[in-house]
Amino acid sequence: MATIELRQIRKSFGESEILRGIDLTIRDQELTVFVGPSGCGKSTLLRLIAGLEDSTAGDLLLDGQRINHVNPARRGLALVFQTYALYPHMSVADNMSFNLKLAGVPKEERERKVAEAARILNLEALLQRKPKELSGGQRQRVAIGRAIVRNPKVFLFDEPLSNLDASLRVRMRVELTRLHRQLRATTIYVTHDQVEAMTMADRIVVLQAGSVEQIGTPMELYRQPKNIFVAGFIGSPRMNFLSATLQQNTSSGTMIAFPDGATLHVPLISKSAQAGEKVTLGLRPEHAYLAENSVLAAKVQTVEHLGPESYLHLLSRYGEAMTVRVNGETTTKVDADISVGFDPGSLHLFDKSGLAFESPSMLTTGTGVSN
Amino acid sequence: MTQHQPVLSGDQIATRPRGRLLLNVPAISVLFLWSIVPLCMTLWFSFRRYNLMEPTRTGFDGWGNYRYLLSDPGLGLAIWNTIFLLASILLITIGLGTLLAILFDQDFFGRGIARVLVLSPFFVMPTVSALLWKNMILHPENGLLAFLMRSVGLKPVDWFAVAPLTSIIVIVSWQWLPFAFLTLLTAVQSLDEERKEAARMDGAGAIAMFRYIIWPHLGRAVAATTMIETIFLLGIFAEIYVTSAGGPGFASTNLSFLIYRYVLMEYDIGGAAVAGLVAVLLANLLAFFLMRSFARNLDA
Repeated sequence: MATIELRQIRKSFGESEILRGIDLTIRDQELTVFVGPSGCGKSTLLRLIAGLEDSTAGDLLLDGQRINHVNPARRGLALVFQTYALYPHMSVADNMSFNLKLAGVPKEERERKVAEAARILNLEALLQRKPKELSGGQRQRVAIGRAIVRNPKVFLFDEPLSNLDASLRVRMRVELTRLHRQLRATTIYVTHDQVEAMTMADRIVVLQAGSVEQIGTPMELYRQPKNIFVAGFIGSPRMNFLSATLQQNTSSGTMIAFPDGATLHVPLISKSAQAGEKVTLGLRPEHAYLAENSVLAAKVQTVEHLGPESYLHLLSRYGEAMTVRVNGETTTKVDADISVGFDPGSLHLFDKSGLAFESPSMLTTGTGVSN
Repeated sequence: MTQHQPVLSGDQIATRPRGRLLLNVPAISVLFLWSIVPLCMTLWFSFRRYNLMEPTRTGFDGWGNYRYLLSDPGLGLAIWNTIFLLASILLITIGLGTLLAILFDQDFFGRGIARVLVLSPFFVMPTVSALLWKNMILHPENGLLAFLMRSVGLKPVDWFAVAPLTSIIVIVSWQWLPFAFLTLLTAVQSLDEERKEAARMDGAGAIAMFRYIIWPHLGRAVAATTMIETIFLLGIFAEIYVTSAGGPGFASTNLSFLIYRYVLMEYDIGGAAVAGLVAVLLANLLAFFLMRSFARNLDA
């Protein structure tokens, strides 16, 4: 049982403010992913929870206890570092039991705990090796083993997969998710990779420039991004953004106009946006298709064949770049003139400050899509 | 008249023993000139009657020089002094050097200037630093220590008479501390920050951090420092010559000063040659043990 609560956490290094008042609750047993572009403060936030940094202001609570000034070793948290930070002169077993040794745990108990962690992580055959004799994936597992041996209340991972090659990363991702299901420990996982966030998280916290942009399950963020940043960050390839002008607010949606005067009715509404305001239309590449006739005419710039699917990189007739996912066997050629179709229900709309329009039904019922 | 040599590719050279040998000749001949020739000459002199005071007595002396040296009461003391000097200075420089390195790894105001100050003794010539210590610090009349002792009512001590070897150890340690400090500081700074943080998360305090994380990391730097210092400290001479002149008696005479005594006080080249061979033997013995205990560290 472990819940972490952050209240108005702020952190400044000299003049620059890295974290600008973070309010957050990490729920018990959940795998929470902090995701955001580099420099958004996600690693600082993790280090702050770990106790490697002190917050400038705010409260950090673990199971209701304020732990701002508790020694990192006494917080009952275990951190897995990006570089693994193994002790090169110690064997795998010594690496894993270093914490217990310092805590004065007797040898037999240490060995028992190490053996147990090694069994979970498939490291039994490697216990006497030195870190330099291990592969990247094995080192990663030792680093996790070191965390497991401590039996922490909360596991903290700082971009643990970014030093691995692509195929190993996919395998470790699955392994980590399995491990989390097995241990059922509260886990915070920091990454800049939205794919890792989407695939692993119970709940994602999107950070940008030291502030929380949105918190939600992966599919909530995918379906209902609160703003244009989250919409662009979650999903791959990125959501297409097209600029337009708000023409009229109706009860069932919003009428927008493209630069050439073509209009489109989007079934989303905003309480604050006014007619004449610049808005941005969002359309995910996987929600677009090739159509006979549509307001979105475009010219094909590049065709990427990935096998199961292909991506057409387009230049719309309004001069904006777009990506559309199509069939893997597509015969569309470069320079072809095409028309992009879409289901109005899959559109996103953002006002001039980047805030998302909402579905009219959501406003009346007040609930989101649950999964 | 020019002669055209055929140009050989790397493979051809490697497969042709004669060509390979030819290319090694410059390196081997330099090595030969620099070390083997003097060694052979020393060996040659060690069996000769060769005293500058008696130019007419020449010819082979058999084991005479050896018998003479081994019966010299100064030899055993000189060997002991050489080893004692080396061991003490190594201990002091590496011990203090490690402490200073960890201290200077921390961020504090004026660190840049402080580092330069710590390094400065290394730039002072050995004779100069020995003179500085002899006349300005340890001198029983004018020295700083004498002044301090008098000011608290103690009787000043003539350090080079009472503790000549210890005084020399202090002087040479002062000179070599910067070297140890510098190599150890770079080693301390190369320690991965995340590794230290991991140890902190594991509950390591300052002492555990030093013992389990920093000290093992310094192993290679300590090995290299020990080797290099050993090479230079086996032949300490200027500091002894300037301060105690090896005395009183043989109390501060090491092997290199013993050789000097033979050559320039007794003009006995033959005897000096034997002492030189003892020094070579000692150096090789030490090198053997050092390599054996540190080789593992160096290729780690």
